[in-house]
Amino acid sequence: MADDMLKSTNLPQNPERATLEGRNKFMGFWFFLGGETVLFASLFGTFLALRNSTAEGPAANEVFGLELVFIMTMVLLTSSLTSVYAMYHMKNNDPKKMQLWLGITVALGFVFLGFEIYEFYHYVNHYEFGYSTSAFSSAFYTLVGFHGAHVAFGLVWIIGLMIRNAKRGVNLYNAPKFYIASLYWHFIDVVWVFIFTVVYLMGKVG
Amino acid sequence: MKGWMSKFKASFALVVLALVLSGCGDPFLSALQPKGEGAGMIYDLMILSIVIMLFVFAVVMVIYAFVIYKYRQKKDDPDYIPKQTEGNHALETLWTVIPIILLLILAVPTVQYTFALADTSPDVNEEGEEMDSIWINVTGAQYWWHFEYEDLEVSTSQELYIPTDRRVYLSMVSQDVIHSFWVPSIDGKMDVNPTGNTNEMTLLAQEEGVYFGKCAELCGPSHSLMDFKVVAVSPGEFEQWVQDMQSVTGEETPESQTAQEGQELFNNNCIGCHAIGSSPNKTGPNLTNFGDREELAGVFDYNKENIIKWIQTKGVGEEGDRMKPGNRMTDAQYDLTDEEAGKIAEYLMQLKPSDINPENARDTSYQDSDLSSLFPEEEESEEDSEGDEESSEESEDEGNEEEDQQEDEENNEE
Amino acid sequence: MSTTARKAGFGATLWDYLTTVDHKKIGILYLIGGFFFFLLGGLEAMLIRIQLIAPDNEFISAQFYNEVLTMHGTTMIFLAAMPLIFALMNAVLPLQIGARDVAFPFVNALGFWLFFFGGVMLNVSWFVTGAPDAGWTAYAPLSIFSEGHGVDFYAIGLQIAGFGTLMGGINFIVTVVNMRAPGMTYMRMPLFTWTAFIASVLILFAFPALTVGLFLLTFDRLFGANFFDPSMGGNVIIWEHLFWIFGHPEVYILILPAFGVFSEVISTFAKKRLFGYSSMVFATVLIAFLGFMVWAHHMFTVGLGPIANSIFAVATMAIAVPTGIKIFNWLFTLWGGSIRLTSPMVFALGFIPTFTIGGMTGVMLASAAADFQYHDSYFVVAHFHYVIVGGTVLGIFAGIIYWWPKMFGTMLNEKLNHWFFWLFFIGFHLTFFVQHFLGLMGMPRRYWKFQGEQGLDLFNLISTIGALFMAVGTIIFIYNVIVTQTKGQKVSGDPWDGRTLEWAIPSPPPFYNFKQEPLVRGLDPLWVEKMEGDGKIKPAEPLGDIHMPNRSFVPFVMSLGLFIAGFGVMYQGGYWILAVIGFAITAGSMLYRSFKDDLGYHVHKEDLEDEEGDGSNG
Repeated sequence: MADDMLKSTNLPQNPERATLEGRNKFMGFWFFLGGETVLFASLFGTFLALRNSTAEGPAANEVFGLELVFIMTMVLLTSSLTSVYAMYHMKNNDPKKMQLWLGITVALGFVFLGFEIYEFYHYVNHYEFGYSTSAFSSAFYTLVGFHGAHVAFGLVWIIGLMIRNAKRGVNLYNAPKFYIASLYWHFIDVVWVFIFTVVYLMGKVG
Repeated sequence: MKGWMSKFKASFALVVLALVLSGCGDPFLSALQPKGEGAGMIYDLMILSIVIMLFVFAVVMVIYAFVIYKYRQKKDDPDYIPKQTEGNHALETLWTVIPIILLLILAVPTVQYTFALADTSPDVNEEGEEMDSIWINVTGAQYWWHFEYEDLEVSTSQELYIPTDRRVYLSMVSQDVIHSFWVPSIDGKMDVNPTGNTNEMTLLAQEEGVYFGKCAELCGPSHSLMDFKVVAVSPGEFEQWVQDMQSVTGEETPESQTAQEGQELFNNNCIGCHAIGSSPNKTGPNLTNFGDREELAGVFDYNKENIIKWIQTKGVGEEGDRMKPGNRMTDAQYDLTDEEAGKIAEYLMQLKPSDINPENARDTSYQDSDLSSLFPEEEESEEDSEGDEESSEESEDEGNEEEDQQEDEENNEE
Repeated sequence: MSTTARKAGFGATLWDYLTTVDHKKIGILYLIGGFFFFLLGGLEAMLIRIQLIAPDNEFISAQFYNEVLTMHGTTMIFLAAMPLIFALMNAVLPLQIGARDVAFPFVNALGFWLFFFGGVMLNVSWFVTGAPDAGWTAYAPLSIFSEGHGVDFYAIGLQIAGFGTLMGGINFIVTVVNMRAPGMTYMRMPLFTWTAFIASVLILFAFPALTVGLFLLTFDRLFGANFFDPSMGGNVIIWEHLFWIFGHPEVYILILPAFGVFSEVISTFAKKRLFGYSSMVFATVLIAFLGFMVWAHHMFTVGLGPIANSIFAVATMAIAVPTGIKIFNWLFTLWGGSIRLTSPMVFALGFIPTFTIGGMTGVMLASAAADFQYHDSYFVVAHFHYVIVGGTVLGIFAGIIYWWPKMFGTMLNEKLNHWFFWLFFIGFHLTFFVQHFLGLMGMPRRYWKFQGEQGLDLFNLISTIGALFMAVGTIIFIYNVIVTQTKGQKVSGDPWDGRTLEWAIPSPPPFYNFKQEPLVRGLDPLWVEKMEGDGKIKPAEPLGDIHMPNRSFVPFVMSLGLFIAGFGVMYQGGYWILAVIGFAITAGSMLYRSFKDDLGYHVHKEDLEDEEGDGSNG
């Protein structure tokens, strides 16, 4: 019976939810994301409370440049879409295409992360907007940095899954793993949309 | 298990007895013996909630005692199977609705009083004119209190002098960590936060007295030693106290030789942090009327030995003669012999700029005053124009009713 | 199984517990860990009470006193009450819903080890730098200014333990949602399962706020952030909000499972179905829901203004309604019953008046204006001890005694249990009842010394005497446990004449719990079978192979890694190497866990007949 878990043939419609373990993972992960929502909500709350507390340091509309952030947003949104394709191919039991689309997702993730690191570097060096500059800067780097750390963790996770399953197909054991990784990726994406709005747009306008 | 209830009753009776024996605490500390407007309002609310709650408790206990008495397993019929009741809609509705009603009875005055206690708008006198507000900037620091009478140009520490029967307004901020200003006999407490979250409250003492004040928010090792006093004297006495305090420059020459030497030592070593007079310096406690203090640093016996000890240990002290652990005076740089410290003590102990001191709060003499002499005319007119809008809104209420000032205020608050 | 394990020698037993993923053994681990910290917290409480036995006492120093009071609160809430509740949840919840294990056995073990290492980390602070001294609430900026590394231990230790709790919460939510036996509908779940389920939901949504708060505190203290530094634009009130957004639901996380225990105990020993079962469930959900909207009632004196204060005051009062419903439902469960005064029942009966008082003072505190007097005084101390000791602790002990036979197969001595109860109960009221009055008489909480001649002497003395009674009671309980386990006299699977599924299987249960999945035919399934059937639960499936998870040492290693890393982050400089090593261990074990397929194993049905548990080795 245990071997059935690792077979790649005759997969059901939704291999990620075909087993009790899969259903548990699926549901547990949704709840986990519920907790993550509270985590980010708390960080957003802190940020909103401190967004005008710039002390002597620069204010939001002095440092933020929307062009780069807009590109980052597009990159991350696209990566969410590509991960949907990957899941589509997983359900069709087409591991090669799944790996391909996951690869694209990861690549986009790296691009995003690279931009973010550049962005931070730029703020620190051109605006003297460091982590300890003001309460606002601490809140900004903590909120956006937490998101960045989530992206980095997601990348390691997906790459790990890709390597581990490079030589075997989709099966009942790894399908839930791929699926929740993609859920996580969507979640990160949604959080970014809020960051884009609350941190950057409101920072530039308000 | 017959002894079950009687044991409970016995222990309960003991506790009640103990309560009766001890009274309700110190009359100048206990919230159960209110002597101020705020404490009085809260006391009423307290009694109301206790009565409601005791009613609920009584109902619960009657049912509780009854079921335990009545429905114990019968020895002769241990296999008896009771009826497996699922519930009872009427009963369940009853014990949902009744608590809601009881809570509403409590909620209404709660909201009313919460707003009333937060009201810091100026008082009006019997003619409906706005009176001058005595604003006091309260600063909390590890582990002492500073009081600056904003418009009166008087500063003091540790002992807050206020007039009775007249509201004073406090604006509170902390120099370091969060403290909480609490004078249970006069009013509830209010946190004293660091910069950015200034709090305001009012105090109105209805009886003369020296009230105990406490810090009620953990603020470090000497949190429990951060006591202060509120000296409530009659308005006339307060007026005199303020005038006396205002006249202090810090340069008055003491009478005795030792004190004069002490003054010089003080000016060379201590004046950087401790002000005498109305200087805004808040590094250390203001010592203008140090001679009238009843306790040293809020909690210690007021005598020369302790003052010398304090100066020499900077208020900290070793194991065995600890004073205020964690006291911040340790940053001070000075090197004095015990004799020199004694001279400083001598100087400080004769700093009694006013005839008004805590004893005046304890005696029975009452001097009335509207305190108007404390507020020069020009300032008054400025404030008048500010307050005009508010008073015009409220004038209708005031016109209809000829009640005493106290009740009038309550109306405005509503 | 504990019997075989004992025969297997100490080393093997230790290894068995270090690597177990069996919820019953994890329950025992939580019980041991939680009880150890309970004793530690109790010791700290005794130091507090001895210091306050007389005015102006010099028994311990001010700094040490602040460390003791901080650690007493932190230990009791996070390291004693929470894990003891997790102990009961682990031991009982899967059995009550007819499951063979929890949804995530591996995560379950990980949750325990994270809690364990977090707790150890907190207490290591005593020996290396001095314990945290800013109160269990760690209000900024006192917690920022606090010297040494005490508060860093608080922040990082709780962070680690908090991750564990969060995982445990998710695990139980999914267990309840996905793993219920056939016929075990939501509205047939025992009330303990319901309350544990709701408490888990609260954990899920409350703990992340603490996580963020602790991160901000850590960043401020160790990495130069300015969240709580007013001179750099920071705001200290943010901490208070974050802490209480977590902290208030935390109270319900602690009390709801205790409500569940009492519901089980009262129903069993009154021989009656729980009165108003559905309203009990409804009340539980409502309490949890309202619990998230009342956090600012801890902050009435902060200066939020009368509008916010009034809203939170009224919302808080509303919680009294569902709580009242519960009290009356218990009373009417007793009404018309056949009450057996066993020791768990005596705990439950002691709970009712005690908790009613705690609830009453809760409503008094909710009255915002009046709270200006109560806040941060001994009145509050009395109130939350009435709720947490009178509710949670009595509930935990009722639960431990009630389910002891199920967990260990032995029965604690009833007579000693009654002694324990009476000493503890009387001691409790002596200690805390007078504290209401101390508070109203002007004694603020967290006071190292109180001044003489301010009318506070007598009640403080009474309070200390009461604490001694509680200590003696607890010692009797420990003695009882030792005697009982040494004797090791076995009892049947159903020694209390129980009503729920866990009593349908042997004590202690086999490691796979149910040979065949049970078929549930109503609320109180065992009672239903006792009344309408032959007293045995019907199987829902034919005898077949049982799938079981593999044991694993990874949870231990993963948690150890974070424990090591914590020191590196804290001490920095050359110690960064510790952080590198620690995080490498954790990351490495996570990778190991993901790269190595773990499919579990099967117990074959042929082996089930004679299988009386030779461990869960795969």
